[in-house]
Amino acid sequence: MSVTMDKVQQKEKMTDLMSKFISLVSYKLPDDVENKLRELSEEEDNRLAKIIYKTMFENQKLASELKRPSCQDTGVLQFFVKCGENFPLIGQLDSILKNSVYKSTQETPLRHNSVETFDEYNTGKNVGDGSPSIFWEIEENSDKVEIYTYMAGGGCTLPGVATVLMPGEGYEGVVKFVLDRMTSYGINACPPLLVGVGVGTSVETAAMNSKKALMRSVGSRNENENAATMERLLEDGINAIGLGPQGLKGSKSVMGVNVVNTARHPSTIGVAVNTGCWSHRRGKITFDSNLNYEINTHEGVTL
Amino acid sequence: MSKKVLTTPIKDEDLKDIQIGDIIYLTGTLVTCRDVAHRRLIEEKMPLPVDLKGNAIFHAGPIVRDLGNEEYEIVSIGPTTSMRMEKFEKEFIEETGVKLIVGKGGMGKNTEEGCKTHKALHLVFPAGNAVYAATSVKQIKEVHWKDLGMPESLWVCEVNEFGPLIVSIDTEGNNIFEENKIEFNKKKEEQYELISQQVRFIK
Repeated sequence: MSVTMDKVQQKEKMTDLMSKFISLVSYKLPDDVENKLRELSEEEDNRLAKIIYKTMFENQKLASELKRPSCQDTGVLQFFVKCGENFPLIGQLDSILKNSVYKSTQETPLRHNSVETFDEYNTGKNVGDGSPSIFWEIEENSDKVEIYTYMAGGGCTLPGVATVLMPGEGYEGVVKFVLDRMTSYGINACPPLLVGVGVGTSVETAAMNSKKALMRSVGSRNENENAATMERLLEDGINAIGLGPQGLKGSKSVMGVNVVNTARHPSTIGVAVNTGCWSHRRGKITFDSNLNYEINTHEGVTL
Repeated sequence: MSKKVLTTPIKDEDLKDIQIGDIIYLTGTLVTCRDVAHRRLIEEKMPLPVDLKGNAIFHAGPIVRDLGNEEYEIVSIGPTTSMRMEKFEKEFIEETGVKLIVGKGGMGKNTEEGCKTHKALHLVFPAGNAVYAATSVKQIKEVHWKDLGMPESLWVCEVNEFGPLIVSIDTEGNNIFEENKIEFNKKKEEQYELISQQVRFIK
């Protein structure tokens, strides 16, 4: 068999596995999110909030049993890829991921969420120009690939916002920016939320950091002591507002606040907020060079 | 407390004792209707292909399985952000005579007015629970405006005890989200004062 044939077969195998993985992410929440929701529901004593949590757990059970997307809005797929320089399918990965979204859309099925802009038509395939979004990092001396798959609906995408503050506004300005967004847009984004805060130089660095923050697990802390302090203060502060599930009041508002930061220009503080809804459909899968996989976010699950 | 079930067609008097924060269930006709459908009726002046008088709409874009021969099955269905339809909803209620608007999150002044004048309710179905919701859809009776694609088509569903539906705007125009917001904003200001003192990392 020729080497090219091998590559074709490998490509097919990985497309098939990724399609199944996307499907899994659509009907089963990652362990950290499931555990946190359970914990929050046990602390809740508001009448409406308790009914909503009960509905949520029944829904997740049904979705998992029937293997149907637990939320109808299966988002525009996003992938955060950390690819080893020696991973054999490095050059094919973009097309593998796009094809796997199309395949999973047919098979799961997922919602058709790709509308071509300006021409304004739904492609009916759930893929389009630049969608899914694929964000790359290359790792030296590695032949593995780590892939975060993320399915964010319109509701929790809508609060996304970024700006550039003047250093005079300080981190106090960051706090204000985040809190204001919670009471205006956060309410409708399906709390309890996972809040991602990005800090950096400009809008795009901050925005990327804020999305990466949503890939970090619930309950993890930033390695920087000050950033970790701000995570804790914001988490307690937003919880004290008492948004509750669906913004209908309750004892808590968030699953957590994750901050991701990079160095900034001396004259600017770039800040961004991204929110993940309670149905935070994030999954991480790692492939080795032989396409053996490990699912890091959903314990005990095979494809 | 017994389960409060409303059945379509709904009349004004069916809604008069219902208040914000109450929970109801719906049996009968529920039509998915969201951004572009609202825009078409109100701004493009295209007549809706479904009679909504006394019925319910759902701000939702479902996942539907095409079984062939114009037969369809709901796989997952759940609410989308209602606030996007705020701009159109008062006139929409006026023109269609729709009685229940089911969605997610709050709506604003326009919808309050529409609900008060024409005796209608805005209700919240707990979002993200799309398989749970799908199990109370008995069948898809019709579909219109398929040119808008799967999420935006008008899927005419027959539902049985669909809910829980939490009343967010009642026929007096009371609005649970607007009431909550006053409290949320007050608490937010308190928290800002508290936190901002502790994050003065630039010295």
